[in-house]
Amino acid sequence: MTLDDMTRTSGEWLRGTGPESDIVMCSRIRLARNLADFPFSNRASRGEKLGVESQVKAAVEAAELDAVYFDVNAMSNLDRQFLVERQIVSSELAGGEGPRGVAVTPKENVSIMVNEEDHLRIQYMLSGFRLPEVWEAIDDLDDRLEENVAYAYSSSLGYLTACPTNVGTGIRVGVMVHLPGIVAGKGIDKVFRALQKINLAVRGLHGEGSQAFGDFYQISNHQTLGKSEEEIIRMLTDVVPQILQFERQARQDLVTGRRQHLHDQVSRAYGVLKTAQTISSEETMLLLSSVRLGINLGLIDDLSIATVNELFIQTQPAFLQKLHGGELGVEERNVARASFLRSRLAEGRGDDE
Amino acid sequence: MKCQKCAKPATFHITDIVAKGRHEEFHFCDEHARQHLAPAEEVVEASPISELAKKLAGIPGAGGAAMRESTAADKQVCPVCQITFLEFRNTGRLGCPYDYEVFRDELMPLLESVHGETRHSGKVPRRAPRNTQQQTTLIQIRNELKRAVAAEDYEAAAQLRDKIKRIEREQA
Ligand SMILES: [Zn+2]
Ligand SMILES: [Zn+2]
Repeated sequence: MTLDDMTRTSGEWLRGTGPESDIVMCSRIRLARNLADFPFSNRASRGEKLGVESQVKAAVEAAELDAVYFDVNAMSNLDRQFLVERQIVSSELAGGEGPRGVAVTPKENVSIMVNEEDHLRIQYMLSGFRLPEVWEAIDDLDDRLEENVAYAYSSSLGYLTACPTNVGTGIRVGVMVHLPGIVAGKGIDKVFRALQKINLAVRGLHGEGSQAFGDFYQISNHQTLGKSEEEIIRMLTDVVPQILQFERQARQDLVTGRRQHLHDQVSRAYGVLKTAQTISSEETMLLLSSVRLGINLGLIDDLSIATVNELFIQTQPAFLQKLHGGELGVEERNVARASFLRSRLAEGRGDDE
Repeated sequence: MKCQKCAKPATFHITDIVAKGRHEEFHFCDEHARQHLAPAEEVVEASPISELAKKLAGIPGAGGAAMRESTAADKQVCPVCQITFLEFRNTGRLGCPYDYEVFRDELMPLLESVHGETRHSGKVPRRAPRNTQQQTTLIQIRNELKRAVAAEDYEAAAQLRDKIKRIEREQA
């Protein structure tokens, strides 16, 4: 598997399957781990980072994940950005320096970043609302990696991390949710406040600013010390259904109160995406969000959720440039984006296997 | 990670205590971190350093006494990775696992205010964790190696390199 191969496939987590997948795009758990014998990444020399990299690579190989390792240090900026867009690496790893990389499985469920803020950042994603399943899988993966490396761990503080905000379980449990109904009903601030009150964090799809792309939000835990992994997961599995209910109610209100307006908005969004000759990334996100809502409400019936989910990723700058085979300026990208959208949406239902 | 206000890389990771047991996390570039921290009411220089120091002292909005204490703490150095407490305060990142013991007195109030608890509950690695001695020996020797290379003492460097290999073999 090469990066170019990846332009022709997409992550399992975009498939739009699994429980509550009309709202929950994916469930994701990340574990922060460090090797006991090395200083943390920010304090490690080039040689030490190489040492960490080779030990982790060996452990990944021994764990028989069928993962491919990408040397992020040797990559072009475009390729790094491509991995960021796919949620495989963080911007911090992409923008970092020195020996670093990521191991990825073909379905892109698993990614193991090496020499990020922590030596290892293990991530597991599945489409839909399936946190317990994700935990079971990543817990097992963590055990298998640990057979070949010694983690920095203390019995009183748990897994030791470079930043004290991650110490303990080193876990971040999150769900990516699509909340166009709540946003339209101006209820999103209320959700933010309610979640903050119970110590959960909310952020946009790419973790940039407070304005989420295309009404996508990530809800995750904050506390990592003093609560077990199961307790943290239970926090999410208790609270998320309430948000789902809130979103369903908001969608229902839109349908009963302003059906015509809604249908018009969805149809126009779909129409623009199918016919535009040039389109910005921001407008695309906005319109895709309307179309996604339209499919879920039965207002569009010739397009699959999986296709729309994929388009959120495939209309990002690095993906378009990879497809084009080189760098494109903003204007050129907007043209390439429109052309890509027209061809994908002309495929109709496009079941993409 | 990018600054949440612009496209520059986030170099400051700030956790603000909003109320007891509640906190908010911010990621900013230098400039926006300064802006974020500027409106502090205290006359004390409103740099990220003093902001973090207050948190490290565990006293939100704390005044003089806490500042003096943390100034003394600043000079502490981790014998394993050589990071000073001041460097940690500037970056929010520790240097090695042993720092949790070296800076324990300063870190505990921070952990309490960030997590609301100070004791791990949850997963335990299957392998028996290494003791502190085992965990720190290699990091320390690697550090000596760096210094030997920097001082162009290649004889010492060669010996240290052999020592590292031997210990790695023993631990494998
Ligand atoms: Zn900024
Ligand atoms: Zn240290």
